[in-house]
Amino acid sequence: MHSPHLLSVKDLSKSEALEVLDTARELSRITDGAIKKLPTLRGRTVVNLFFEDSTRTRLSFEAAAKRLSAEVINFSAKGSSVSKGESLKDTAQTLEAMGAELMIIRHPTSGSAQRLAESGWVNAHIVNAGDGMHEHPTQALLDAYTIRSHFPEHDRDFTGLRIGIVGDILHSRVARSNVLLLTALGAQVVLIGPPTLIPIGAISWPVDISYSLDAEIGTLDAIMMLRVQSERMTDAFFPTEREYARDFGLGTERLKALKRSAIIMHPGPMNRGLEISAASADSPQSVILEQVANGVLVRMAILYLLMGGTPIPTEGVLV
Amino acid sequence: MSDSDFLLKNVVTSDGTPIDLEVREHRIARIGNTLTSDLPSIDGDGAMVLPGLVDLHTHLREPGKENSETVLSGSQAAVKGGYTALSAMANTSPVADTAGVVEQVARLGKEAGLCDVFPIGAVTVGLKGESLAELSAMAQSAARVRIFSDDGNCISDPLLMRRALEYVKAFGGVIAQHAQDPLLTVGSQMNEGVVSSRLGLKGWPSVAEESIIARDILMAHYVQSRLHICHLTTKGGVELVRWAKGQGIAVTAEVTPHHLMLTDDLAESYDPIYKVNPPLRTKVDVQALREGLADGTIDIVATDHAPHPAEDKDCEWSAAAFGMIGLETALSVVAKAMIESGLMDWQTLALRMSTTPALIGGYEDHGTIEVGKPANIIVVDTSSTWTVDRNKLSSRSSNTPFHDFTLPARVTHTFFRGVHVLGNGQLTGRKYE
Repeated sequence: MHSPHLLSVKDLSKSEALEVLDTARELSRITDGAIKKLPTLRGRTVVNLFFEDSTRTRLSFEAAAKRLSAEVINFSAKGSSVSKGESLKDTAQTLEAMGAELMIIRHPTSGSAQRLAESGWVNAHIVNAGDGMHEHPTQALLDAYTIRSHFPEHDRDFTGLRIGIVGDILHSRVARSNVLLLTALGAQVVLIGPPTLIPIGAISWPVDISYSLDAEIGTLDAIMMLRVQSERMTDAFFPTEREYARDFGLGTERLKALKRSAIIMHPGPMNRGLEISAASADSPQSVILEQVANGVLVRMAILYLLMGGTPIPTEGVLV
Repeated sequence: MSDSDFLLKNVVTSDGTPIDLEVREHRIARIGNTLTSDLPSIDGDGAMVLPGLVDLHTHLREPGKENSETVLSGSQAAVKGGYTALSAMANTSPVADTAGVVEQVARLGKEAGLCDVFPIGAVTVGLKGESLAELSAMAQSAARVRIFSDDGNCISDPLLMRRALEYVKAFGGVIAQHAQDPLLTVGSQMNEGVVSSRLGLKGWPSVAEESIIARDILMAHYVQSRLHICHLTTKGGVELVRWAKGQGIAVTAEVTPHHLMLTDDLAESYDPIYKVNPPLRTKVDVQALREGLADGTIDIVATDHAPHPAEDKDCEWSAAAFGMIGLETALSVVAKAMIESGLMDWQTLALRMSTTPALIGGYEDHGTIEVGKPANIIVVDTSSTWTVDRNKLSSRSSNTPFHDFTLPARVTHTFFRGVHVLGNGQLTGRKYE
């Protein structure tokens, strides 16, 4: 990777993105057996800087760092000095003074990761673990990893795959990162949702836009259902949950309309019964738990590539 | 003879005519070609003489936020930028919504003695948009307020806006509206469009500005009052004002230097130095604003000088304050955007930055160079350039988006009521008493 940070999918060229996916696959191969832990980042310190609740993402990064033998400091905004008004700058500088070489930041406002990387406040590597409505690049990487594993003929190129992202595109960092990454890999992406939840500027994105899930469902090789945040329901983006689920939920009828080869994805946490029915979430076509497992691998790869650890051993090393 | 009597030699007017100017007792005594005089002379080196610039939109922050600016530091910045009159916005703490506060601001301006400081009164109590402030009391106070604005907030209640427009007719006042529908801009961070969609920053739609402009134009027409629209930023807004003027409606409008030069692409850096209210818009809008200013649809340039302490900008975008400083760079930015581009000449610039704002504000001592009028004049070296250094500005704050920009036109001298307050680009330490 040419960038010292992972702030946006845009930091990765297509070949670098493939390098991340290949590295993750290599790590998967090595840690598949008895050896779960590699010594590559021994003695190095990473910090989870979480200003927003996200247990699963934090745990995934923590597992990734620990499997590479890094020290992990967890910082969460709740109960910390942030609630007393300490700034992002002061918090980050404090943690760097404690030895953090790489900061994984989750923040409720867009651009915070980039600001942390480019403001000159700290020298640490910065990994964006989700910033506001902007990006969540490791989620897109794990999604691409998951798609690739199900379409081996598209190992180096997604051309010919049609991938639907369904729901609240407007507020979704997962959607933004996936649009960038999946299209860079060659996939055809279609954004599906009510017009109120499609960003005004999406007309300039290299994607198709559709307001009808039924019109698209049979064309998709992968369908990515986005979580509907409860606050959207009170803000007039759509009239009722029931209407949303009827038009954009992945229920039984639509599950039948999916190609047999298509995979069902969700970044979690799911609202079962709203954007996805239990039958869909638990169907054989669902790869939602694989996504979780792949998340750890992809994050290991990112930490490894950014921190330049000792080479990945080709044979088992017990730690 | 007062110690501020002098002969300004070897300058040219904005149309290129060489002139000399004699100033006695703070007023312009004679204007002519190669005047002789017994007074000490100041050599203008062939530079351009203009009427002192007049700003109708300045945040001086005093009282209440003296860590960002004071009336004195703002006056110093003004003089360096070639301004001899400022209009102090009402969103101080306490809010300038009573005769007492506007008189305090006016008194601080007189004590600074570097330029005229005309307080703007709040339209509503506490800028809350709920009930009218005592507008007549402010108009009749020693500060003689004529411009009223809730700037920073929009007067969104249509009935309250109607009442305000009507009420100020009694004393020749004007309502300066900050056009921003609050419900369409809850939590907004930047212009809504391609860039905001990509960056995931909450959008600020152009229609939130234009719908208020349209409403208020119709309202001003209906009640036959004067409306001034603060900081126009959109192509649609320019078209609405153009239409209104075609109908003979008494509307005037301003544009800021930064909206004439910068676009929302700058937000890609997430550097909140570019975070401003109203937001930077698109290239298409900038082009429309330039054309509007050139053809007079937009009457004036106003700085919306908005100082903020470093910590309010040295943070993530969403946590940062809105605003940019502008007094010291305004003339040069306008020269770059409008004159270098060939859209406007210096005579028109003098109209847009001095003569017309003085007329709108009723600032009779400003805006023209005429025998008998107070000598509020500046000398501008239009042929040289300078590089903006945010650490060398007179403002107490350094939140300029033009740091490191090399810009045309340097203000070399400022005379406020004949007093030589800026010489060779430096504050002289003198003031009008």
